[in-house]
Amino acid sequence: MDLPILSLITFSPLVLGLVLLFLPSEPVTIPQRAAFVFSLIPFALSLLMLNAFDPAVGELQMIETVSWMPSLGIYYSLGVDGFSLWLIVLTTLLTPVVILGSWTDIRHRVKEFLFFMLVLEWGMLGALVAVDLFLFFMFWELMLFPMAFVLGIWGGPRRYYAMVKFVLYTMAGSALMMVAMLYLVLAHAKSGVMTFDIVTLYDTVLTHREETLLFWAFALAFFIKVPMFPFHTWLPDAHTEAPTGGSVDLAGILLKMGGYAFLRFAIPLFPLAAQEAFPIVIGLSVVGIVYGAMVAYPQPDMKRLVAYSSVSHMGFVMLGLYAFDVTGMTGGILQMVNHGLTTGGLFLLIGFIYDRTHTRQIAEYGGIWAVVPTFSVLFLIVTMGSIGLPGTNSFVGEFMILIGMFRVHPWAAVIATTGVILGAAYMLTMYKHVVFGPLKNPALETLTDLSPREVLSVLPIVVLIFWIGVYPKPFLNRIEPTVEVLLGRLERAGATRYLAEVAEPKDTPRVAAR
Amino acid sequence: MTDMETSLLRYIVLVPLIGFGLGAFAANRDRPGLARMTGPGALILTFVLALIAVSRLWGLAPDGALVDNIYTWIEAGPLDIDLSFRVDRLTSVMILIITGVGSLIHIYSLGYMDDDPDVARYFAYLNLFVASMLILVLGDSLPVMFIGWEGVGLCSYLLIGFWYKEMPNADAGQKAMIANRVGDAAFLIGMFLIFWSLNEVGTATLNLQGINEQAGTLADKLPWVPTAACLLLLVGATGKSAQVPLYVWLPDAMAGPTPVSALIHAATMVTAGVYMIARLSFLYVEAPAAMDVVATIGGITCLFAATMAIVQEDLKKVLAYSTVSQIGYMIIGVGVGAFSAGIFHLMMHAFFKALLFLCAGAVMHALHGELRMSHMGGLKEKMPITARTFFIAALAIAGVPGFAAFFSKDMVLEAAFVNGNVFVWFLGVTAAGFTAFYVFRAYFLTFTGESRLDPEKAAHVHEMPSVMTVPLMILAVLSIIGGYIGLPFHLLWGDAIGEYLAPSLAHVEHHGHPSTGTLLMLMTTATAVALLGIWWAHTLYVRSPETLDKVYAKTTRIYEVLYNKYWIDELYDFMIIDPYKRASRFFWKTVDAVVIDGVVNGVGAVVVWNSSVLRRLQTGNVQSYALGMLIGAVAIIGGYWLFMGVG
Repeated sequence: MDLPILSLITFSPLVLGLVLLFLPSEPVTIPQRAAFVFSLIPFALSLLMLNAFDPAVGELQMIETVSWMPSLGIYYSLGVDGFSLWLIVLTTLLTPVVILGSWTDIRHRVKEFLFFMLVLEWGMLGALVAVDLFLFFMFWELMLFPMAFVLGIWGGPRRYYAMVKFVLYTMAGSALMMVAMLYLVLAHAKSGVMTFDIVTLYDTVLTHREETLLFWAFALAFFIKVPMFPFHTWLPDAHTEAPTGGSVDLAGILLKMGGYAFLRFAIPLFPLAAQEAFPIVIGLSVVGIVYGAMVAYPQPDMKRLVAYSSVSHMGFVMLGLYAFDVTGMTGGILQMVNHGLTTGGLFLLIGFIYDRTHTRQIAEYGGIWAVVPTFSVLFLIVTMGSIGLPGTNSFVGEFMILIGMFRVHPWAAVIATTGVILGAAYMLTMYKHVVFGPLKNPALETLTDLSPREVLSVLPIVVLIFWIGVYPKPFLNRIEPTVEVLLGRLERAGATRYLAEVAEPKDTPRVAAR
Repeated sequence: MTDMETSLLRYIVLVPLIGFGLGAFAANRDRPGLARMTGPGALILTFVLALIAVSRLWGLAPDGALVDNIYTWIEAGPLDIDLSFRVDRLTSVMILIITGVGSLIHIYSLGYMDDDPDVARYFAYLNLFVASMLILVLGDSLPVMFIGWEGVGLCSYLLIGFWYKEMPNADAGQKAMIANRVGDAAFLIGMFLIFWSLNEVGTATLNLQGINEQAGTLADKLPWVPTAACLLLLVGATGKSAQVPLYVWLPDAMAGPTPVSALIHAATMVTAGVYMIARLSFLYVEAPAAMDVVATIGGITCLFAATMAIVQEDLKKVLAYSTVSQIGYMIIGVGVGAFSAGIFHLMMHAFFKALLFLCAGAVMHALHGELRMSHMGGLKEKMPITARTFFIAALAIAGVPGFAAFFSKDMVLEAAFVNGNVFVWFLGVTAAGFTAFYVFRAYFLTFTGESRLDPEKAAHVHEMPSVMTVPLMILAVLSIIGGYIGLPFHLLWGDAIGEYLAPSLAHVEHHGHPSTGTLLMLMTTATAVALLGIWWAHTLYVRSPETLDKVYAKTTRIYEVLYNKYWIDELYDFMIIDPYKRASRFFWKTVDAVVIDGVVNGVGAVVVWNSSVLRRLQTGNVQSYALGMLIGAVAIIGGYWLFMGVG
């Protein structure tokens, strides 16, 4: 416990990334192998963290605090709780997956690419573990740059447009958040203490008007990141232009920052305003679910289709996070991990097949099961994970979200449930046109099936899809206490309009066992 | 109640699951021989395990059950779902049908799929299906049942599209999955409603026993909930069990291999809705209005599908519509409160319909895929076993006295009449006439009369090997003797199946017992209608084909309507699918690309209004741009910082 494990996890990718820069660039296998081995280190460290994590504690734990700019109340302080735990593990897991999956996708400036992936990991991890608002904001901005570079250097033909859109959009949100953040700190400073410590800031006294404005400033930044309808149009462009690795990180982790930040900042900092925003957030989530699914349906480009499916799926996540119900919120947090896995898996697999054919147009495929059966089966599994078939991870998440939401707002849950049908419609249509039917494109006859390296990179995702689907308890156990802490905080703040009374489990032995 | 803890139940699911794993391995390594052993082997072993489980159940009190709590699946807040299995008397019937008929069909498949290069994949899917179906009936809570419920949907999807190289097969698979998902969404909402309503009036649970036990309380305190929940679950049942309005996927599902149609689309999966309603019978009896809707849906489906069956050209399509229609009878049964009669008919149907499909498969196999009855005829000579077993199945489904459906269908219709659903009874009786007609029409066209085969095909027609005919004969025997487990008028052992199932099911009190005379009258009517149907089929297709021409000439219009299946598929395309596609394109091309993105790009352009900046962006010098952004960001941050600091 004495080891500053969170710092180690966060900064090891940066340090290893810098080491990577000193390695020779040619042959490319040197930086590739090094980067892969390096990326396993933060993953191993995150498993240590997982092991040390106390599931019974809902508050932040493993806190590390070092004084940084004490006069401004800025500390280098890190911590982890049920909101960030699994996202940290997901981040450290997806980085080696991405490195392995981009082995042949990236053909030029390989070393720089790998460097940026590690820097990106650093930024994402930093944002997840920071419990100082200033530190968080630093990492939040920092994530942007490696992603922009990955898009701009290794992206597709329209990469500059996509990059500028991505950067400007996100920056616009960030600027707003920045102002709100400073206002908040200064408002809190009126009580005599200047601090950026999040938990302390939770108790800031604000007028109703202040709270509402600040909430919306934060919320808009997070809406863009999630992305919520109608702030989503940067996502399909970014996904379509990004290389495989960029898409996986984008879908897998970057988008989760929006949801995560709601839980860590927007909701607990401004509990009343957050509750008042309920109709809007729920409305946009539900619209996003249906709209994303509908727009996904006619997409001719596989990546674009999956990008729109993300809009739909993130609508589910936001619905869960905003259910203000233990079950719904826990499900929403789990669903962030689930979406990272399934969508990450889809982008990886699409990347593999793109690598061979250099097209993502669904219409140019068809009947490839016979030539690439391993690919087809893995694609099927991830597709089923994505549409939430029971036994896979997304079912558990969606089920919890919807049942949680049903208590608070039945009609929102009912409309959202149609996403179950629409999701099947676009995913199965894509799967059918790519994998089934006659093999009409002669170029496909010589496709080679996935290599062991490629299978290995998807394998962790497939394993987790089933693990979370069949035995989600270890995941849920570590999320739920933190959700209860947040709900307790909302209750104390008097934000109880949409808060269902925190139901006590009826059979006491279960509580004792926990 | 005496429940017995046993870990036996998990193995009933695990064995076919392992069979699936081995089959997948065999498919991956291209070792069909392995799968030909493990596929049927796993099923027979599962059947043995099911027999052991049922024999243990018989050692318990009538209301006892075998229980296997494996672990807590989903737990958060009040939600607490155990992965647990339970076998009571209702489940025992289901697992015996699934593993018993399933074993026969697996064995038959050895012959049927003999020359298919993908036989390993076939057996893998089939084993996975059986595992899912067993989870569906063994699951002790709605969510666990739902694992199986959607799992069978997946297997159905994969097996309908088994020959995936033909696009229509893949289309049919997808249609099935999506139609099912429509039902499944309603099923989910029903679950949510039950859960939170129980949270209000008692203990929040999705456990089936828990729901049944609290159904009365729920109806007292929130009277609308059982009705709403039962209707939502009914929508789920109409998807899975191919009832009006979601039945449209089943006729297309015939694209799959014929043994699949026998197992999934006749004997087991499509009866899941009937099982689910019977399983929740205590909830359903608290919702009489919902029950009437159930019965009406069953009645309408039963007649509606039967009318389409009489004109089908394709032998398997006749059987497909017949299945829709027959499940309608089961749904009538559970809808009028005769839950055991519904299950009785489910069981009989599993025998005779599986048999009909397997016979059709044998014909197809002999004729190299020919399904058009206009290209058959006279097969009786060369395929005597197939012809005779088909004939027995036809007698059974038509309800000829002494054969399976005579007992089971009659019990259903009688219950409908006695319960006061006279209109539903009328629909059912009319459909019985159609049933007898279409099945004997199929028999006469296929097996009797002059051969209309292509000459080169005719030369190769032969009876099937015994690996295929023995399952036919076993099912034929069951179609003859099966019905005697439910005798009318307290003859001999009387309604043994009803008494056996009684502890698992809710009991509905009728307004008064009908006289034996009434019952005899009902039975005579049904039988007379059935015999009329057979006689009519014989007239048109054997005795005087010229009558057929005359009838056809007079009923061309009706024939067109029936032959085109009332244009329901076209109607759905027109009313739902096409508008959805159009709306999707509109949202994409107009709302997303023009409106939303237009605003975004417009705002972007205004913000970065200096066109030289825009031009610089397009020079491609990313690094300088990113640097500019960084500087800009720092400037913005610094500016705000200063501003705020001053303020």
